[in-house]
Amino acid sequence: MSLSLETMLQLSIILPLLATIGIVATGHKPDLREGVTIGTSLVLLYFVISLYQGLQLGESISVHWWELLPGLQISFSVEPLGMLFALIASFLWLITTVYAIGYMRSHQEQNQTRFYTCFAIAIGSVMGIAFASNLFTLFIFYEVLTLSTYPLVTHAGTEKAKRGGRIYLGILLSTSIVFFLLAIISTWFVAGTLDFKPGGVFDSDVNKLVAGTILVLFIFGIGKAAIMPFHRWLPAAMVAPTPVSALLHAVAVVKAGVFTVLKVCVFIFGIDLLALLPTTQFLLYLAGASILLASLVAMRQDNLKARLAYSTVSQLGYITMGALLATSAGVMGSSMHIATHAFGKITLFFCAGAILVAAHKSKISEMRGLGKQMPITMAAFFIASLSIIGVPPTGGTWSKWYLLMGTMEAEQHILMGILMISSLLNIAYLLPIPFHAFFSADKLSSSGGGIKEAPLPSLIALCVTTVGCVILFVYPQPLYELAKAILAT
Amino acid sequence: MLAHLPILQVIVPLMAAPLCLFLTRPRLAWLFALIVSGLAFVISSLLLQQVMTSGTIIYELGGWDAPWGIEYRIDQLNAFLLLIISAISTVVLFAADTSIRQEIPAEKHTLFYVLYLLSLAAMLGIVATGDAFNVFVFLEISSLSAYALIALGKDRRALWASYQYLVMGTIGATFILIGIGLMYQMTGTLNMEDLSIRLPEVEQTRTVFTAFAFVIVGICLKLAMFPLHLWLPNAYAYAPSIVTAFFAATATKVAIYLLIRFTFSVYGFSFSFTHIPLQMLFVVLGLAGIFAASVAAIYQTNIKLLFAYSSIAQIGYMIVGFSVGTVAGLTATLLHVFNHALMKAALFLALGAVMYRIGGVRLTQFHGLGRQMPLTMAAIVMGGLSLIGVPLTVGFVSKWYLIVALIEKGWWPVALLILFGSLLAIVYVWRIVEAAYFKPVLAGTEIIKEAPLSFLIPIWTLVLANIYFGIDTRLSVQVAKAASQSLFGVSP
Repeated sequence: MSLSLETMLQLSIILPLLATIGIVATGHKPDLREGVTIGTSLVLLYFVISLYQGLQLGESISVHWWELLPGLQISFSVEPLGMLFALIASFLWLITTVYAIGYMRSHQEQNQTRFYTCFAIAIGSVMGIAFASNLFTLFIFYEVLTLSTYPLVTHAGTEKAKRGGRIYLGILLSTSIVFFLLAIISTWFVAGTLDFKPGGVFDSDVNKLVAGTILVLFIFGIGKAAIMPFHRWLPAAMVAPTPVSALLHAVAVVKAGVFTVLKVCVFIFGIDLLALLPTTQFLLYLAGASILLASLVAMRQDNLKARLAYSTVSQLGYITMGALLATSAGVMGSSMHIATHAFGKITLFFCAGAILVAAHKSKISEMRGLGKQMPITMAAFFIASLSIIGVPPTGGTWSKWYLLMGTMEAEQHILMGILMISSLLNIAYLLPIPFHAFFSADKLSSSGGGIKEAPLPSLIALCVTTVGCVILFVYPQPLYELAKAILAT
Repeated sequence: MLAHLPILQVIVPLMAAPLCLFLTRPRLAWLFALIVSGLAFVISSLLLQQVMTSGTIIYELGGWDAPWGIEYRIDQLNAFLLLIISAISTVVLFAADTSIRQEIPAEKHTLFYVLYLLSLAAMLGIVATGDAFNVFVFLEISSLSAYALIALGKDRRALWASYQYLVMGTIGATFILIGIGLMYQMTGTLNMEDLSIRLPEVEQTRTVFTAFAFVIVGICLKLAMFPLHLWLPNAYAYAPSIVTAFFAATATKVAIYLLIRFTFSVYGFSFSFTHIPLQMLFVVLGLAGIFAASVAAIYQTNIKLLFAYSSIAQIGYMIVGFSVGTVAGLTATLLHVFNHALMKAALFLALGAVMYRIGGVRLTQFHGLGRQMPLTMAAIVMGGLSLIGVPLTVGFVSKWYLIVALIEKGWWPVALLILFGSLLAIVYVWRIVEAAYFKPVLAGTEIIKEAPLSFLIPIWTLVLANIYFGIDTRLSVQVAKAASQSLFGVSP
């Protein structure tokens, strides 16, 4: 194909949105509908990889659409951090679609057409967020992402789903409207531009107190980064079907949040200014508290998805912290953690879904001895847990390594301690699950004979992401180069 | 012909109203009203185009010179308002035939269109004229036709609502009349342009202050500005659906226009904002209105009443923008006048469609409606999102400008309060969404079909306008900015 890179950039945002038409039109034929979804995700992945190659060759790719308000354009460009996010999201969309086919069918979910439609819109807006070249464009897609995922959260239509959806929408919309929007408008007012620029948009003689306040507004306003006390939406979102929790609430939505935090820290404030602001220290401790508290809460959850959700809250704290450290190692660690945590956490969710579909169990206490019936799933769970904890041979090692270096560079010894303790807590709440599955006898029921592995598509998907975790350890070069290029631009 | 556009704008619907009386066939009367309203829309578009390219149009009635004769003065501000009123009126009228068949007895249909045209003509007249007394005359015509239109509502409470409005409206109109009388006494002129020249000479007198107070309070009554809003909720809730859609989108906007015209053009900015503590008063009342009315909206179970309270809250936003007293603030207000007209017309028309199919708009009647009337409910959701101010809708554009204006002025706490206030909109909109999409259909109700096309077409025209003008803001922003710049005497 001879599409120009600019066209591909636009298509990567438009294509998923266009696919919704195809999905709705073929809604009554499930095979065709899912064919459309898979086809779209393949093409999207091709586009994103082509863009990646373009970026490697040093081409600058940018597109302006139109001016929404005077001086405020909808425009997109490709830079390493966005590229990293887009690669992860588009690749995992493909895998999740494969997984979802197995899951949704064997779970006999209702309204599957609506499910795939909203999913496609959500991915389109994630692409918009990844490639946005200014804060204004990013904000628009950020809000579209919130609204398009609401029907996915409330998919079941039950009272519980409704309540979950209420918290989800309530927190995400409120924080974004009150704090995020105010922060954006203030930035616009103080700096006169919303474009992402290397080194930031503020003058060096900007009033530190004002800029510091704006930073607080940003961190509070980007509710998707789930920093405590604005994290409640994430556990609430777990009422959604597992593929949604896997892709959106372990990868796309939450990563959109921390991605925005990183973008703001690096390209709006610039790490030099960030280090000087009076509020940075406070926010660092807030992120630290978020890491520890969420881990502690995670230990007390018996519902597997809830435990994973709190674990995500904690892990997102790492990324926010890394960004706020305002050192190059911190930023690198954060951006690498976006990738490594994505692979690790999506695998864990895939496993949780597989267990739910195959064994109809959602409580951790019921999963003893399950390793005999579902060895592949449980092995995958084990490897992914290692990645979250951050030990070899998994990708999580590298990102945690750089995050720790970041804390050292910034001489934040308390935060370094927090990261260490958090790793221990991760071990405490994740590893017992596969351990008990393999080594504890199943005392609760003897009817385990009927349980088999999850449907094949789901199994394939979770194996692919598990292998991904390992590959990120063995061959982290591309990831490292991208992360390194973020500050070089 | 083109030179006579300013008067044609008013006279066409005004003459058409009595003519309509002869059309006894309801459908014919409807078609006639639709054509007349469409004509008014064409005229207003031409006027706006003319004003934007070649500046203010002055038209002297009967060839009499200004201070003696009545003068129509069309600048960016009133051209903008004329366009809003005639456009909304035309779109809303599309659905009128279907809707009133259900809600109004057949023998009153012709009467309905007569009143509707009269009310349209009067609103256009208020906006177009450059004569203070003429304003009062048209105000009375519009009020009287409004009382009658509201009283046509199917619910018997409509009579009581109309009576309430009549009492409050009459007080308001009388206040305005007293104010205008006092001004006339002090200056000997009724022409607004002339008044603006002569008032400064006597501006330190107590009479002028009194006149100002009477006019402003009178307008605020018409405006339903908190706490003078008590007539509005019931009037909107019990009027026929079409009337609600038309009035919600236009009537209060006309009052906003009068407020701006009198404070900026007639009395002048320095008098209104420096000699009188209007700014402080309005920002407090505006904010109070936003919170009080939004909270009240949350507790309503009648959805028409809910959106009526939401209208009062939205007026609060316009008042806050107005009270900033800068070009940016006034631009935000004018933008919101335009944008809010689009939102509320869409929402109330959609409620009209629900009323048409179900016969009521109580929250419980919305249960399961998301499946039964998907297109109508989708329109309500889109309108609601616009009300909340989600990006890519018009609501976002007005909010953006309002917040920028407030920050520019340095009113950070107000900006924060405004944003908090808009959260309340999420709550009341989402109550409807949850009822429609998550509650099962009430047992024992019959199967409800989607609204007819005669409803869906105008509703979705308005919804798409909500999105279109949220994306392509050139028209609305350009005109609003030009209008407020000229009111401040800044050359663009």
